[in-house]
Amino acid sequence: MAKVPTPKLDELEKGPWPSFVTEIKKRADKHAACSDLLGILERSYNEKIGHWKHGGIVGVFGYGGGVIGRYCDLPEDFPGVAHFHTMRVNMPAAWFYTSEAIRTLCDIWEKHGSGLTNMHGSTGDIIFLGCRTEDLEPCFAELAEAGFDLGGSGSDLRTPSCCCGMARCEWACYDTMGFCYEMTQHFQDELHRPAFPYKFKIKAAGCPNDCVASIARADLSVIGNWRDNIQIDAAEVTNYAKAGLDIAADVVNNCPGQCIRWDGKTLTIKDEDCKHCMHCINVMPKALRPGKERGATLLLGSKAPIMEGALLSSVLVPFIEMEEPYDDIKELIEAIWEVWCEDGKNRERVGEFIQRVGMGNFLEAIGLEPDPNMVAHPRENPYVFYNLNEEEESDE
Amino acid sequence: MAEPASVEEVAETMYKLVAQAQGQKKLKPGDLTKSAMQIFGDRVDKKVCKEAIKNLIESGKCVYTYFGGSFIEIPHEEGAANK
Repeated sequence: MAKVPTPKLDELEKGPWPSFVTEIKKRADKHAACSDLLGILERSYNEKIGHWKHGGIVGVFGYGGGVIGRYCDLPEDFPGVAHFHTMRVNMPAAWFYTSEAIRTLCDIWEKHGSGLTNMHGSTGDIIFLGCRTEDLEPCFAELAEAGFDLGGSGSDLRTPSCCCGMARCEWACYDTMGFCYEMTQHFQDELHRPAFPYKFKIKAAGCPNDCVASIARADLSVIGNWRDNIQIDAAEVTNYAKAGLDIAADVVNNCPGQCIRWDGKTLTIKDEDCKHCMHCINVMPKALRPGKERGATLLLGSKAPIMEGALLSSVLVPFIEMEEPYDDIKELIEAIWEVWCEDGKNRERVGEFIQRVGMGNFLEAIGLEPDPNMVAHPRENPYVFYNLNEEEESDE
Repeated sequence: MAEPASVEEVAETMYKLVAQAQGQKKLKPGDLTKSAMQIFGDRVDKKVCKEAIKNLIESGKCVYTYFGGSFIEIPHEEGAANK
């Protein structure tokens, strides 16, 4: 229990759902940090101000990322959280663990930290909450011994993450886990030694369903895709219709490309107008499948609203074959970093940088040819500029 | 063609830049790289600068810090640290 009464926090234990207050209370008798965490949070609720300072100089030797310093400004009142640093641990691709690995992680954290975890943070890392400065190095040493490493934080490559891909999903157009692993291994330097203007996130989704929401959260979104025709099993289409699926209403009318026709017997798709939204495939998974010629679409520039507003990624490479060791993608990423590091402002995400310098200039700088598929919205192309005089002349 | 600068030479120059700026301006790794390339001209490239920064960190002469962005500084007691 907390050392001080926590009537406001207690309200958050009511109702049918799991409560973070309940979880912290379970640990409060075992670790002073958890008891004081409840106390300082109750005080923040009463005073309506936060008592935390984040960032600073703390870290483990040689690394610039992976530890986020946190101190409270009331160390006399709440000594247990005078230091309450966060450690970010690089998760396995697609968050696959053995129960033994999780027990190992928990044992290490109970020994060196508060025992509170956040599985997982927004970028995907295993988050260890609450550690004193002097415990950081011993904790890191034990994590390394167990085969784990710290993830990214600060102005570096953040821990690459991916969906479960071919391990569990029939729609995966490439090996997201293999790609994520390769990026993590190849860019170790960029992951641990912050050298960018700001953070850079890579997220790999196996298909356009984009279960990791890479298009909204990653600076570089790698989304599985196909470039031939959707595979149709006519017999299964008939079975769906017989089973009561209203194909006209639930599939045809919901197609954003309006490229599906259904005459009551035969389903046809005009693939050149397909937006690859996956809706029809999701509704009739036995009847429709992504094409056979599979790879990925690379998109660049999304971010959540921290410094400025949210951005979605824009298409950078409409289609690329995904083959190990992904040299083309590594070269492209390095070219993007080169330009962004040279001219990017402090705390300017690559998407904001592109908005500032213009996509045309950015493409020229990274040596990529503009392509009509680089669209801001379907069927719009912001990178083709017409000479007004030429248009007027042609009208005449 | 001038003789290429050694990693140690570049690291020492970078260290002086960090020491001079300490308390006045926080320098990012990119700032150090750009300054080193200005000072050494074609005697260095980005790869050497990267190695020089690694040398500074691994020798313990400098540390990474985070104050809104990531910077390189000489180790010091930060004001907010609760002893």
